[in-house]
Amino acid sequence: MSVQPDVKKQMAFNQDMIFRAVGESFTKLNPAHQLRNPVMFVVLLGSLVCSVIVALDLAFGRAVSFNLQVTLWLWFTLLFANFAEALAEGRGKAQADSLKKSRKDVPARKLIGYQGPHAQGLAAHTEVMVTSKDLHAGDVVLVMAGETIPLDGEVIEGVASVDESAITGESAAVIRESGGDRSAVTGGTRVASDRLVIRITSEPGAAFLDRMISMVEGASRKPTPNEVALGILLVSLTAVFVLAVVTLKAFSIYSEKASGILVGTTATIPILVALLVCLIPTTIGGLLSAIGISGIDRLIRKNVLAMSGKAVEASGDIDVLLLDKTGTITHGNRRASQFLSLPGSNENTLARAAWLASMADETPEGRSIVALAEECFRFDAKDIESLRSGVFVPFSAQTRMSGIDIPAGTLPQGFPSSVRKGAVDAILKHAATQGIVSLEAAAQARTMADHVAKQGATPLAVLADGKVLGILVLKDIVKEGIKERFAQLRRMGIRTVMITGDNPLTAASIAAEAGVDDFVAEATPETKLARIRDEQVKGHMVGMIGDGTNDAPALAQADVGVAMNTGTQAAREAGNMVDLDSNPTKLIEIVETGKQLLMTRGALTTFSIANDVAKYFAIIPAMFAALYVTAGEKEGPLAALNVMRLTSPESAILSAVVFNALIIVLLIPLALRGVKYEALGASTVLRRNMAIYGLGGIVVPFVGIKVIDVLLVGLGLI
Amino acid sequence: MNSFFDIAHVVLFLAVAFVTVPFVSKWLSWTFRPEPMRIDSFANVIIGSRGGQDWKAYAGALMAFNCLGIVVLLAILMLQSHLPFNPQGLPGLPFDLALNTAISFVTNTNWQAYSGESTLSFFSQMFGLGTQNFVSAAVGFGVMCALARGIRSRQSSDLGNFWVDLTRGTCLILLPLAALWTLILVSQGVIQNFSAYVDVNTLEGAKQTLPMGPAASQIAIKQLGTNGGGFFGLNSAHPFENPTFFSNFVQVLGIVLLPLAAPLAFGELAGNRRHGRTLFTVMGVLLLGALGFSLWSELQGNPIFGGAPFLEGKELRFGIGHSVLWGTVTTATSNGSVNAMMSSLSPLAGGIAMFQMMLGEIIYGGVGSGVYGLFLYAILTVFIAGLMVGRSPEFLGKKIEAPEIKLAVIGVLLPSVLILGSSAIAVMSEAGLKSLAHQGPHGLSEVLYAFSSAAGNNGSSFGGLTSNTPFYNNMLSCALFFGRFGVILPVLGLAGLLARKKALPESAGTFPAHGPLFGTLLLSVALIVGALTFLPALVLGPIVEHLMLFK
Repeated sequence: MSVQPDVKKQMAFNQDMIFRAVGESFTKLNPAHQLRNPVMFVVLLGSLVCSVIVALDLAFGRAVSFNLQVTLWLWFTLLFANFAEALAEGRGKAQADSLKKSRKDVPARKLIGYQGPHAQGLAAHTEVMVTSKDLHAGDVVLVMAGETIPLDGEVIEGVASVDESAITGESAAVIRESGGDRSAVTGGTRVASDRLVIRITSEPGAAFLDRMISMVEGASRKPTPNEVALGILLVSLTAVFVLAVVTLKAFSIYSEKASGILVGTTATIPILVALLVCLIPTTIGGLLSAIGISGIDRLIRKNVLAMSGKAVEASGDIDVLLLDKTGTITHGNRRASQFLSLPGSNENTLARAAWLASMADETPEGRSIVALAEECFRFDAKDIESLRSGVFVPFSAQTRMSGIDIPAGTLPQGFPSSVRKGAVDAILKHAATQGIVSLEAAAQARTMADHVAKQGATPLAVLADGKVLGILVLKDIVKEGIKERFAQLRRMGIRTVMITGDNPLTAASIAAEAGVDDFVAEATPETKLARIRDEQVKGHMVGMIGDGTNDAPALAQADVGVAMNTGTQAAREAGNMVDLDSNPTKLIEIVETGKQLLMTRGALTTFSIANDVAKYFAIIPAMFAALYVTAGEKEGPLAALNVMRLTSPESAILSAVVFNALIIVLLIPLALRGVKYEALGASTVLRRNMAIYGLGGIVVPFVGIKVIDVLLVGLGLI
Repeated sequence: MNSFFDIAHVVLFLAVAFVTVPFVSKWLSWTFRPEPMRIDSFANVIIGSRGGQDWKAYAGALMAFNCLGIVVLLAILMLQSHLPFNPQGLPGLPFDLALNTAISFVTNTNWQAYSGESTLSFFSQMFGLGTQNFVSAAVGFGVMCALARGIRSRQSSDLGNFWVDLTRGTCLILLPLAALWTLILVSQGVIQNFSAYVDVNTLEGAKQTLPMGPAASQIAIKQLGTNGGGFFGLNSAHPFENPTFFSNFVQVLGIVLLPLAAPLAFGELAGNRRHGRTLFTVMGVLLLGALGFSLWSELQGNPIFGGAPFLEGKELRFGIGHSVLWGTVTTATSNGSVNAMMSSLSPLAGGIAMFQMMLGEIIYGGVGSGVYGLFLYAILTVFIAGLMVGRSPEFLGKKIEAPEIKLAVIGVLLPSVLILGSSAIAVMSEAGLKSLAHQGPHGLSEVLYAFSSAAGNNGSSFGGLTSNTPFYNNMLSCALFFGRFGVILPVLGLAGLLARKKALPESAGTFPAHGPLFGTLLLSVALIVGALTFLPALVLGPIVEHLMLFK
């Protein structure tokens, strides 16, 4: 997808954000904040205990260097984890700040006694100036060009262009009008032209903008079900490691006595705390909230607003996607796809006539005819000087055709001077008035047109100098690359279902062309809802995207319902995400983001646990090197486990602690960006991630700890 | 020199054992099939219950049955002097020993702080311990089957009926098998009588008392039900319990017969044979690894004696190969009977035996319990793996969420807590240290082994440790009880949770709970969780002992 460069651009943090995050790393040391994350709370307790010991060491004038360094790095571990969280929150906060500017109270013209657009006379209602915070759901306001819409609402009168850049970041204004699917307006956006009468649908403080602010700020962030489950696992592991370390004190005292050395010299409190902090899953524990926040953040950068973290997570589980045909699978506007000539004519002649007829037609359909003709037959407008003198006959609802008349004699040989294209009936009628069309040709044209219509395409007839040349096929074209996209989804285990109002025959042909797995033809809101329920009963997780009011029940029923921002207020309320770009293919990116979120958690958990192996090999031999030393030997038998050949017990322990702290910082980019996602089968993805984060998690710390050990000793720190 | 024969015996044994698997597993899944059987009416007549139970009812029945079992057995042991079949007129047991023994046999552990021949009457052995040897094994099967039904059901709460499972397991599997095994053992010369002990004059002129009793029938079920409690104090190292090479072979086979078949039966009952086969394979790889490692360690010889084999404490009639084989399978399967002193194994082989128990008896484990123990690890595996493929985790079609994780970690980690916590208390207290036969690393191993054996419901003893003291009797009683029911209850709760869930259809995005990838992961998770939890303790016990020996 093309979002990649975008993401990279936005990954760069500005200095302000980083300074702000550094500051917050310290304020987040507050125990009440740490208590929310039990893994890091254990680190906090350990750091406090070690600090007290260092203070006592200093007070009694004991050697303090090692304990002090261990303690400092324990505090760094905490700060680094806080920094990760603060950084993840940073962008959201910056965005929230700019959104808050749009939320300020604005004056509003409240209409009292408004009776509807057709009520006669000014006496029907009066206009009162109030501020937006005094408005309530159900009030009616008038917003003039240049004014800010005070609260979310439904347009009940008027058409206007609205500048929604405050929310969507998109500078081009959008059209909002009463009735239909484009009637919702958002508080904080600005009417750019014309005027709108709006019925307010939200209370002050509970509007879309407020929800958006609290979402990007992370204020309303609750742990998602998966975070809760992972949290339980992490807390249990932490508890077991606490137990392992506490009981190790007992076993070490026993062993110290048995080897006849001074009790309490091997497993000192700072060393035990260091071991504990290294063993408990601080890597994932420290980055867990950053991962969750950045998941929502990544969606916001894709201009999707998730109403809860739960929805983001659920989107990774979707295995059935309901997609509207129009706009998602097809371009939505019909394009020329084929020229079908009648006997007595040929494709070239037909195409040339159609080309001429569309020359001045600025509709997308007209342009597509010109493009197709030029592509197939290499026509060139430069060849025809006289085109400028032609008279364009525009399309009208009465004639249902358009074309051009060019003064005869100014054209090259073989060019018709009067061409029309339009609805088959209209063209035939028009031809009949000129009385040249044979009944046979008319019948042939009709048969051909019926055949085209049955395939879900639109037939247009082309008339040149009173003669019907053939049928021009306009088709709803399937988007390029969509078939590959669906194949990709299939590999991810996601089934696509196309929803369309077309008849089953047409639907089947488009479904086959687009490569969707299934389709629902002649869909109504009821059939959509029934289809979703049906899939859910079978155990599937269903995602769908919709905009209209009649989509609202289905959006509410779907596990992940994405409403388009252009849609109606009802649709926006029903879904658990809003796509500000109103781009239907966004659902695919949403699914990817959800999966990435879970994968990042899994990868870092695995990495965190796998790291422990190396840390044991660093700390245990260092800790117990003095046990069971036989006469004449410098170190005891357990020194044999020092496979990394770390310089000294002190440097070994400190290196492990330093590695444990630094790895958090090094993994912040991964936590914020998410692990790489590719649409592959579950086993392939798992095998690859296990190799990277499982095996890598075992190997990396061996190397890292060794390097740090060399550096520490080289710098003379130990 | 001898190592060729040792290894050949081991290979022959494995070949025979694995050949039995398909047949026995079919028998197991036939026995616990969902359809009603005529024998169910037996449960109905005695208890008045044969209908489906939800997890609470199933667990309630199980706990009531086991607690009643503890009380009855406690009474028998304390009152044995007033009960029949006591030709030696042995007195009743003191409360702490009686309670320890009662819990030990009800929990399918058979930790023995006493010597059978000098402590227990024939009545206590047959009606007290013997009964529990049968039913505690059947309880293990019951829990395994309830779990399988939980996986299989779709939004129902029915886990089967505890009383029906108990009846079927006892009458259709254990009783017939035990009868067969008894006859084979008797044919080899294992004693089976009700005689008073016999005094004989030895060739050297000394007087020796030969213990008598109905040994063969007790030994058959001790092996088949992964109980392990010897009729005599020396267990299967005693010539009256294990007289010949063939009886030895038959007994080791008895140890593994049902545990080997259990995972496949579980897969069949849970409606996913491939998952059962994967569990079987994972267990097999662990067993072969442990066996190979132990054999290697033993055959290295003792460097202090110029590489002479570690023969002290081994049963010389069978040699090192069969001692190591027995030692490995008995600790892997939660059986706990021995034909050699575990304390006499080389440090690493002893450490392996200990580690197998610390993992929670999941390497085939006790009848039924090995499968549900490994299943808990599988839940954790699937959770982590599921995250890594980007879907909220699901297992055999059921979504794994916070409540399931909670129960799985309790079941996996509780035994670890018991082992480490109790061992730490023991080495910090005078009462605990007084019982040690050795100082230094070996002494620590004695303590760790005892609590691993109790919490893992294995029952084998390292030797050395004087465990019949109030301190150890009480501490071990706790470890026994919570090591058993602290796993069974979470498993049943899990079965209940899974049963109520709807099943999700499989897709390309689903991570399959079978095959080499899942197996490797499961193996790694079990080993890493076990290693990370116990490595510090093992380092100060068997590992440092090994390093000191092979400096």
